[in-house]
Amino acid sequence: MSVPLTLLGLLEREPSYGYDLKRDYDEYFGRGKQLPFGQVYATLGRLARDGRVEPGEAEPGDGPDRKRYAITSLGRAEVDLWLAEPVEPEPHLQTVLFSKVTLALMLGKPAEAYLDRQRAAHLVRMRDLTELKRTGPLVDVMLADHALFHLEADLRWIDLTSARLTELAAAVNNQKEQP
Amino acid sequence: MSTPVAAGGILIEARDVRKSFGQTPALRGASVAVGRGEILAIMGPSGSGKSTLLHCLAGIYAPDGGEVWFDGCRMDTLDEAARTKLRRTAFGFVFQFGQLVPELTAADNVAMPLLLNRVRRRTAYQTADTWLEKLGIGDKGGRRTGELSGGEAQRVAIARALALGPKLIFADEPTGSLDSLTGEKVMDLLVSLAREQDTTVVIVTHDARVAAYADRVVMVRDGLVSFDLGPESSAPKHAAKAAN
Repeated sequence: MSVPLTLLGLLEREPSYGYDLKRDYDEYFGRGKQLPFGQVYATLGRLARDGRVEPGEAEPGDGPDRKRYAITSLGRAEVDLWLAEPVEPEPHLQTVLFSKVTLALMLGKPAEAYLDRQRAAHLVRMRDLTELKRTGPLVDVMLADHALFHLEADLRWIDLTSARLTELAAAVNNQKEQP
Repeated sequence: MSTPVAAGGILIEARDVRKSFGQTPALRGASVAVGRGEILAIMGPSGSGKSTLLHCLAGIYAPDGGEVWFDGCRMDTLDEAARTKLRRTAFGFVFQFGQLVPELTAADNVAMPLLLNRVRRRTAYQTADTWLEKLGIGDKGGRRTGELSGGEAQRVAIARALALGPKLIFADEPTGSLDSLTGEKVMDLLVSLAREQDTTVVIVTHDARVAAYADRVVMVRDGLVSFDLGPESSAPKHAAKAAN
């Protein structure tokens, strides 16, 4: 799970304070594991250093001064690239895929096309493993079987998610409108 | 959507095929081309139209619109008798259920399409024995297919489909009723023997592990071919992109 890219994706919606980013991250992607404030600000600092985000002027408030961060065109291009690129087809990648799909829906990007690219990457890997099974020794066959069953489970998730995209988009966007 | 095909040229092609059942559209302009000797998997969710597409390609259904071409000839305009003849002589079928006559022996079932095509009885049964042997069930020729296990019955079905030397085999969920290991053996045999005979295969499946045996995978969604994964490519071609 890439925290920097996910934060960048959240910033693509609108410029935000670190506090708001942490709240949204925890709500959408945390799944019970909160992102520490320290990590949010350290990540934003690195993203600013690398030209992916631009911090606004320090704004005085009740507590310490705070800055609103905005994504740059470089950051935006990086998010686009990340969303469009299939994840390496390995077992247990659902957290990354889940984040990509949720962000894509949030940003109105073509989640279905991303899922198709992932499906393609999975099928190519499954084809290679199947060929290995047809020609390799039994030990390789058993290892390939293990990978194939996990890839198949991912594919089922991809299929189900594809079928639920409209519903998911509504859920994500309704949630976003709530205060 | 134009589709990439193997180097040997196109054997069968659906062009903008539409088919409805009552008011319900099953295919809304599906296009796919299958190359000679190619093994193509058609995937898609339930109700997507994947089996309807196979049935239109095989001449079992006459499409409401669009065209189906086989071996350079237009097929959808043929009458039922001509389509039946084509199915009997040029196509083999492997379905999930119901294709074998359970009261007949394995050898009878394999020999039947040959006999229907006026092959001499002795030759038909010799050919049946040869194919049953190739499928690893040479000792089951005298058994009624109703008494065979699911995997054995499916091997008989493959033997029957291949015995006639068809140009094209249509397989609809060929491993759907089999356990994983048996399904794998059946797929392995189907693919190996089809490649050996240079027979084109079109497989409809919801099972990605079955599709992984194919050279190419297309996906049907909402009655359209929306995804085409060629033999080498790592990224699918999208109908929407192709249309733009």
